[in-house]
Amino acid sequence: MLLLLILLPFVGALIAAFMPAHARNREAWFAALIALSGLLLTFSQYPVIAEGLSLRQEIRWFTAIDLNLVFRLDGLAWLFTALIQGICLLVVVYARYYMSPKDPVPRFFAFLLAFMGAMQGIVLSGNLIQLVMFWELTSLTSFLLIGYWHHRPDARRGARMAFTVTAFGGLCLFIGVLLLGHVAGSYDLDQVRQASTVIQAHPWYLAIVLLVAIGALSKSAQFPFHFWLPHAMAAPTPVSAFLHSATMVKAGIFLLMLLWPVLAGTPEWTWIIGTAGVCTMLVGAFLAIFQHDLKGLLAYSTISHLGLIVCLLGIGTPLAMVAAIFHTLNHAIFKASLFMAVGIIDHESGSRDMRALSGLRHVLPYTATLAIVASAAMAGVPLLNGFLSKEMFFAEALLVGSSSNWWMSAAAVLMGIFGVAYSLRFIQVFFGPVQTVKANPHEPPRWMRFPVEFLVLCCFVVGVLPELSIGPVLHGAAQSVLGQALPAYSLAIWHGVNLPLVMSVLAFVGGISFYFWLSRYCQLHQRDRVPLLHRLNGKAAYETTMLILAASAARLERQLSTRRLQPQLIWMILAGLAASIWLLSAWPTLSVSWPNDTLSLAFALLWLVGCSCAIAAAWQAKFHRLAALILVGGTGIATSVTFLWLSAPDLALTQLMVETVTTVLLLLGLRWLPARIAAKKLDLQASARDRLRRIRDLIIAISAGTALAVISYIILRQPDNATLSRFYLEKAIPEGGGSNVVNLLLVDYRSLDTLGEIAVLSIVALTVYALLRRFRPAIESIKIPPQQRNPLDPAYSQLPSEQAISGYLQIPGVYLRLLLPIILLVVAYFFLRGHNLPGGGFIAGLIFSVGLIIQYMLSGTAWVEARFKLQPHRWLSFGLVLAALTGAMAWYFDHPFLTTHTLHLDLPLLGKLHLPSAMFFDLGIFAVVVGTTMLILIAIAHQAVRSHRIPGIKTETDTAEERH
Amino acid sequence: MELILATSIGILFASGIWLILRPRSFQVIIGLLLLSYAVNLFLFITGKIQVNRPAFASEAVSFIEGLYADPLPQALVLTAIVIGFATSALYLVVLLGSRGLTGTDHVDGKELEHDE
Repeated sequence: MLLLLILLPFVGALIAAFMPAHARNREAWFAALIALSGLLLTFSQYPVIAEGLSLRQEIRWFTAIDLNLVFRLDGLAWLFTALIQGICLLVVVYARYYMSPKDPVPRFFAFLLAFMGAMQGIVLSGNLIQLVMFWELTSLTSFLLIGYWHHRPDARRGARMAFTVTAFGGLCLFIGVLLLGHVAGSYDLDQVRQASTVIQAHPWYLAIVLLVAIGALSKSAQFPFHFWLPHAMAAPTPVSAFLHSATMVKAGIFLLMLLWPVLAGTPEWTWIIGTAGVCTMLVGAFLAIFQHDLKGLLAYSTISHLGLIVCLLGIGTPLAMVAAIFHTLNHAIFKASLFMAVGIIDHESGSRDMRALSGLRHVLPYTATLAIVASAAMAGVPLLNGFLSKEMFFAEALLVGSSSNWWMSAAAVLMGIFGVAYSLRFIQVFFGPVQTVKANPHEPPRWMRFPVEFLVLCCFVVGVLPELSIGPVLHGAAQSVLGQALPAYSLAIWHGVNLPLVMSVLAFVGGISFYFWLSRYCQLHQRDRVPLLHRLNGKAAYETTMLILAASAARLERQLSTRRLQPQLIWMILAGLAASIWLLSAWPTLSVSWPNDTLSLAFALLWLVGCSCAIAAAWQAKFHRLAALILVGGTGIATSVTFLWLSAPDLALTQLMVETVTTVLLLLGLRWLPARIAAKKLDLQASARDRLRRIRDLIIAISAGTALAVISYIILRQPDNATLSRFYLEKAIPEGGGSNVVNLLLVDYRSLDTLGEIAVLSIVALTVYALLRRFRPAIESIKIPPQQRNPLDPAYSQLPSEQAISGYLQIPGVYLRLLLPIILLVVAYFFLRGHNLPGGGFIAGLIFSVGLIIQYMLSGTAWVEARFKLQPHRWLSFGLVLAALTGAMAWYFDHPFLTTHTLHLDLPLLGKLHLPSAMFFDLGIFAVVVGTTMLILIAIAHQAVRSHRIPGIKTETDTAEERH
Repeated sequence: MELILATSIGILFASGIWLILRPRSFQVIIGLLLLSYAVNLFLFITGKIQVNRPAFASEAVSFIEGLYADPLPQALVLTAIVIGFATSALYLVVLLGSRGLTGTDHVDGKELEHDE
């Protein structure tokens, strides 16, 4: 149920994203349907909530570290859920008329629904980490919504600023939550809320409060993070109405309420939260008076009202909490309606600038009435909802401190004065002579006005009949935060003449006089700079910080990193060298006895050749590439023989085959690498700098080699220690059903690793293939090489296939073609015996590839492919699917993935046969190895066919086509 | 034998390191091949030197310490060899593409003023 409340909007967002671009009606209907069904679902849960119970749904995931999906719905969450979905529904209806037909509407509704889902996620989360994830998701989706008109620079800038600030806050919150969960011993919200005393006594308490406060305050646009909100007004107005009245900015408030039972009640809490609230409330209200943009005014007034709520939360008495929840609700209602009204004004009159608008009540009479009532609610006029919560705030402000300490009350009244002043400033556009930017403004369509009407009606109903309309919901929400300690409070309109009422009257009289004083003496309607506070420019500070950050990051990158390969490699090798030296010096008992080796002369000779080849290759690789390649092959053979000598026949076979394939590969590559001309021929002398560099590299290379040699020797001289091998060897026959333990390790014991490995092989092969599709060879190497262009050579006039059939390669051609079936037989032999003797999928696959490659080499690509179409992509996919399916079959028998089973069959003729499931896995390996090798080699080989298709140069395929 | 093998690993490694520090892309690929021999052998010898004792379990003889070679490093090296082939192929293609696009075989894609 609860999961459905979150999934519904996300699934809806996905569907909305794929709806046609011009179906405005259909998309709006769809989004409205999603919001409405969510709302109905929420209301269907009300009976449970009304009894003071809460719902909980848990999906276990990672219980070891207390990471489960937990959803909970209590009174507070219910209130917010209803608010989010209700306002979303109205906003969707409104947006249907607001958005222009030219706007890409699917994107809008998709983002809106995704945002709603993320908000629901925050509200319904019962796990702190899960909550933070949804929190970040709201930052992300609000970024997308604010930047919806991404062709506008102010929208991009505003979106980025909002995202940077809230994501920074989110990061702090995440750290705070991790600390909190660690201290409480659980990330489960219900358990954290019970650990309040432990948390408040912990030394980390202050850090936790600070980090959580930064997260919540940055989200709720509280001082000093308030500056992002006015810039986020670049969003379409429905977005502002949704995000900045009821949802996004209320997420911070919600979090503070949620953690209120855990963190509140200490001086630290009151000071941090209360101070931020008071500052924001006063600064926001003051700045709001001096805005010229209608939305800017509303943005600052939102900041101020949020400050009021945060201030109430900071005060921390139970009654203040009730007032905070109440004001959250009231503010959402009147602010959403005001934003929508501004959208209508903007839409109809062509401007939001209060200097360019006046007398709108004559052209937009209904909208004017609605907006005036809503702004009266914002100012706190009696009989409207804003009045009630403001009275409660005044009453709480009086209680702060002792009777002699009245600064809080003064701040509250001051805020009331400012509030009245900016509300007057706001409604001033409706009075005076008619002045608009667009000609002939008229009332908007009926349904565009409907959401505003509905919300204003709510303001009225709540203001007149508070106990009947909102009382039970408020009671439930407050109870879920405060627990049993719910104070007695009364939601009546008239409490008699008391101090809060006097403060209200004071605020009204003060606000009206302040407004008229300002417009008379301070040129309120013309001045560009806010008096007193114009230096308080959060935006400039933000931009400076970002510039400094970017510049220092660039400087660090310049100083600490390089794009050149060689310095990177040198540092890496030096680091490895240092690590090995450190390791050697830290080795506790280095008891290496000097050799009593049995020196094997043959082995020594083998490695004399191997090492000479390596050194010679290192020496020749620059100018004599082919020689270097052959020399490396020599070292490879020595390695292979060593494997064979030292009881690793599987390795020897694999090494030998890979050696062959690699050599062919590099030979194919050499074709496209133009020759280097030796320095000696050019009569060049290496500079002193180069010599120095070479000496340095030589020293590094020799020391690295020495280090590895020493470590190898130490390892070899260490006495045998118990390794895992005993387990593998003992279980091989009884449980693995085979005696070749190396093969068993690959296909049975550690088959998940092998599955990963063949996946890597396939990825590499496809990457090579993709890279070669756009391959541009070096210009010097495009022509047919001179060796093939010598007219004296009889092969000059023949195609490769002709050379193999009737030319000078006729005899090898016959041999190699004869060899193919024999090789295939060998492949089958090595594959089948792999479970018990050297062989297996890897080796068989490599042999198979070599068998095919020699056909390619001898007869040419065209000849082979005319007769035999190998499709390596299919081999790859077949192999991967087969291996994965073999593994998945184990699930069918209720075993973990990749469990093997051996089937013992008694077949006629063949006799006893054991058929392990690992064999099918091995077949998958075989197919992937063949696919990889052939895909890579054929892709390179095909370059020869492709690049020759240049005008004037005849290719084999061209000639073949001509013949047909 | 230990001494020979250890020295050889060291020499292969040193040659490989020397080559991957060179500026020409073909030198680097040869260096990588040599490095992979050295590293594979190094991994392999963590199972110690065993002559004529392949890791084939048998039903007749129960497990005796030292009778068989250690299969675990062998299996690791086997996959390392095959993956080594794939990465060499990838590097080769990048090398060729870089040579074609930039007109130089310097590893950074451009000749530096003071370079070999």
